[in-house]
Amino acid sequence: MQRIDAIVIGGGLVGSAIAYGLARAGLKTALIDEGDVAFRASRGNFGLVWVQSKGLGAPHYQRWTRRSAEEWPKLAAELVAGTGIDPALEQPGGVHLCLSDQELDERRARMEQMRAEAGNFGFDYRMLGPSELKDMLPRLGPAVVGASWTPYDGHANSLYLLHALHNGFVQRGGVYIPNRTIDYAAAQPNDFRLGSGADEVAAPKIVLAAGLGNAKLAPLFGLRAPVRPQRGQILVTERAGRVFDMPTTTVRQTVEGGIMIGDSMEDVGFDTSQRPDVMAAMAERAVLSFPWLAELQVVRAWAALRVMPPDGTPIYDESEQFPGAFTANCHSGVTLAGAHANVFAAMVAAGALAPEMVPFSARRFDVPQAA
Amino acid sequence: MFRKRPEGSAATVWVTVEGREVQVPAGASAAAALLLAGLAATRETAVSGAARGPYCLMGVCFECLAEIDGVPNCQSCMVTIGPGMAIRRQHGKRIATPQ
Ligand SMILES: Cc1cc2nc3c(=O)[nH]c(=O)nc-3n(C[C@H](O)[C@H](O)[C@H](O)COP(=O)(O)OP(=O)(O)OC[C@H]3O[C@@H](n4cnc5c(N)ncnc54)[C@H](O)[C@@H]3O)c2cc1C
Ligand code: FES
Repeated sequence: MQRIDAIVIGGGLVGSAIAYGLARAGLKTALIDEGDVAFRASRGNFGLVWVQSKGLGAPHYQRWTRRSAEEWPKLAAELVAGTGIDPALEQPGGVHLCLSDQELDERRARMEQMRAEAGNFGFDYRMLGPSELKDMLPRLGPAVVGASWTPYDGHANSLYLLHALHNGFVQRGGVYIPNRTIDYAAAQPNDFRLGSGADEVAAPKIVLAAGLGNAKLAPLFGLRAPVRPQRGQILVTERAGRVFDMPTTTVRQTVEGGIMIGDSMEDVGFDTSQRPDVMAAMAERAVLSFPWLAELQVVRAWAALRVMPPDGTPIYDESEQFPGAFTANCHSGVTLAGAHANVFAAMVAAGALAPEMVPFSARRFDVPQAA
Repeated sequence: MFRKRPEGSAATVWVTVEGREVQVPAGASAAAALLLAGLAATRETAVSGAARGPYCLMGVCFECLAEIDGVPNCQSCMVTIGPGMAIRRQHGKRIATPQ
């Protein structure tokens, strides 16, 4: 049997960021991942480090996202220095384009509410008209009536981020165990054991970060993680010289030059097939926004499943029944990587989540029993 | 679905490769024209600028990118030549031209 300090289940962006943070804090950590058979959002996402639309009606989530965007540059610089792998973070702000007056009115109302809920933390945003947008984005179509802008947004290469986190984790003494599906664990307070015989791994702390796999795993540890899949499709064009560095919610140009067009939101269960009608609608909206995009060829397209909590707000929890067991689930694992590596991991290392994490508990889904 | 392999036939169609006239068999691909023109490398990659040339010749690897009749980043192995076709090397990234 191998005794270590912490086990993290799930080697996607969430688990890897937390495991990296734990290893950096000096904990001997094992990161266990199911492998290519799993649904893995971390390998199919859009790469935004996005703040402006996160946490409507949930100010704790808005703050957590802002915090993560602030931690991101530190994490990126540390990963580059330590691993030589650059997650290509750029945070020039970000724009959400509106293609009708109705969209613009709804967006304005949303941004106003975000500011109201930000309270003392402030929420810097501006609604921009086409003439102001001209300075930020290349040749917009006449369909664009306006946009919202905040200085907090950005984008990154999420595959390099994942690669760098894995690399940095192993470099700091972490043990990565791939191709292992966890479906059973012996749980006692501050005593968790996986596997058997010589393969047995025991640790006083365990973090469940298995994405969609958390729904089944959490109950083994006295926790709940009622996440469901939400499909998103993405298109990528051929590489072109850099035209713009300002990301928008659905169109952005990567540092390599490809233009990514994203991403649909479809509730279709565990189904990663692609739909031509959805892809066509995405392409059409992209070309209405940037007519010159029509000249570029789409060279890749895929679908992947988001890890979606019932109310869209992340789930972070610690087990009352088995102290030492934690969950982490969210649909914006790129954006939240800074908070996971630099803030959440420190809480786990300290043995308990900070009070500000209480509103993220899955206990919010417990419906009171009818009398 | 099946087409006669063009290699056996005589080179009868004139195209230009990098502005130079080259005669190629009817039905050949633009990638074949690039190779017949004797170019060792037909493009530079978009990110590192490494020299590359046609490789799989069946539309899979994207190594054969070329500018054909003014359209950048064409998979030249998938394009059948026609009389007067202008084929040029692909130099790195294309330009997206948003005036
Ligand atoms: C189309 C699309 C676009 C997106 N765009 C963005 C974006 O722009 N910005 C952003 O911030 N986020 C975005 N996301 C969300 C982001 O990708 C996810 O939030 C993030 O990847 C979730 O990471 P994860 O580690 O929780 O899950 P996953 O990547 O799914 O990883 C879970 C891991 O757990 C492992 N696992 C599962 N079950 C078990 C088990 N029983 N035992 C062992 N291992 C197990 C799996 O092998 C898997 O590797 C997008 C997602 C999609 C689908
Ligand atoms: S040579 Fe491989 S795609 Fe053309």
